[in-house]
Amino acid sequence: MAGRKLKTAYDFTWRDMEIGNILTEPGSASLRRTGDWRSQRPILDREKCNKCGLCWLYCPDAAIKLLEDGYYEPDLFYCKGCGICASVCPKEAITMMEEEEV
Amino acid sequence: MSKRVALEASHAAAEAVRMANVDVIAAYPITPQTHVPERLAEMVANGELDAAYIPVESEHSAMSACLGSAAVGARTFTTTAGQGLELMHEVVYVASSMRFPIVMVICNRALSAPLSVWGDHSDAMAVRDTGWIQVFCENNQQAFDMTLWAFRVGEDPKVLFPVMVHFDGFTLSHVTESLFLPEQEEVDRFLPKFQYPFALNPAKPLTHGAFGPPDIYSETKIAQEVAFRKSKEVILQGWKEFGDIFGRYYFPVELYRTEGAKTLLLTMGSFSETAKIVIDEKIDKGESVGLISLRLWRPFPFEELRQAVKGAEVIVVFDRCISCGMGGPVFSEVKSVLYDEAPRPKVVSITGGLGGRDMSVKDFEYVIDRGREIAEKGSEKMLETVGIRGEMVSRGG
Repeated sequence: MAGRKLKTAYDFTWRDMEIGNILTEPGSASLRRTGDWRSQRPILDREKCNKCGLCWLYCPDAAIKLLEDGYYEPDLFYCKGCGICASVCPKEAITMMEEEEV
Repeated sequence: MSKRVALEASHAAAEAVRMANVDVIAAYPITPQTHVPERLAEMVANGELDAAYIPVESEHSAMSACLGSAAVGARTFTTTAGQGLELMHEVVYVASSMRFPIVMVICNRALSAPLSVWGDHSDAMAVRDTGWIQVFCENNQQAFDMTLWAFRVGEDPKVLFPVMVHFDGFTLSHVTESLFLPEQEEVDRFLPKFQYPFALNPAKPLTHGAFGPPDIYSETKIAQEVAFRKSKEVILQGWKEFGDIFGRYYFPVELYRTEGAKTLLLTMGSFSETAKIVIDEKIDKGESVGLISLRLWRPFPFEELRQAVKGAEVIVVFDRCISCGMGGPVFSEVKSVLYDEAPRPKVVSITGGLGGRDMSVKDFEYVIDRGREIAEKGSEKMLETVGIRGEMVSRGG
């Protein structure tokens, strides 16, 4: 994200549409805040976590980051709150919390 | 030097596809399919055409395969009819909005139920909103000519829209007529190599088919509509170039003895040729009649139609399709296009020729006579029809 400015739809008129609405700039999806419709967020309990990495492996949106200390953390800019990480965690170290309770 | 041959329209279209030297053909081979892909399969198997032939499991898959093929810049062809076009429906829209210049031949057939594989225009009308250029043919020569022309126009960098070539199921698709086939050298002169500007290429990555949320979808649709309407310039230019090379000139609205005519009959497709016989007979008897055969259905030729009806008092529109609860779709559009004309001609609707019901010279005589009568006295019937048994109920009925 750093150094790249996200254009919004409102920067485009119909005249600016590429033919067939193709996107010529690869990777622009990474600029999109896809986490903004999340209703639940994963909370990690470091006491229980054994750093196995299954959450990172299973996350369908590649929204789990590996930290320098070996623990994993959801990137809430992308995380849609599907709960798969909590479901696959063998240590039950991840719980889903309602966004409004955070 | 062109040579004269005898071919059914399906085989004539297949010849055009062969001479266009397509790269990929994806088609479902079973009913309601026609002889077009059958002949093409033979050509590929015999080595007469160097193309990838994909016999897919459904028409929906046929069009889906065509999307992928067109996305890498391959010259792409498919063909279907009736129910097959219906099964394909969802993907037909995608080809237009993603701007893939696929060419598709449709041998027009009725839609079920009751089960019918015979000819009418229901399938063509059901896809009129999909954003494909649509043209109608009157005979087998035109089936060849329009198919060849479709590649030239659709693939033009100023167009990049898919093109549907319509000819009537059985009446043309399975009937042998004589026609002229051009030399390959002439075809090559008319049809340049296809160079799709946005072909998928790992060295130059881009995204086709991204999603469009509410904050951008409207803009994409307007961009598509503006580009689609502008394609008419190239449509006309393509027909001019075609005429200059092959000697046969085509127009969006084909006129037959319309000069000064008070009553005009409007038809589409092969029945136009039957209607011409009636026009000749009536003119011989001193009646003031003429024929408009609508060739270009999408984008609709507004200006050409308005010009064609100048001075006419009655336009009788003959539809081979019923839009349920509304009537003839061609009639509805013609009437709406002419509504603002001053003076405004009377536009009347007569429906017939459904599901393979033939239209004779006598039937078209009735269409014109009854059309004039309706224009003069109005009609009490819910729907004006021709060649259908039983009294029609009243408007209130």
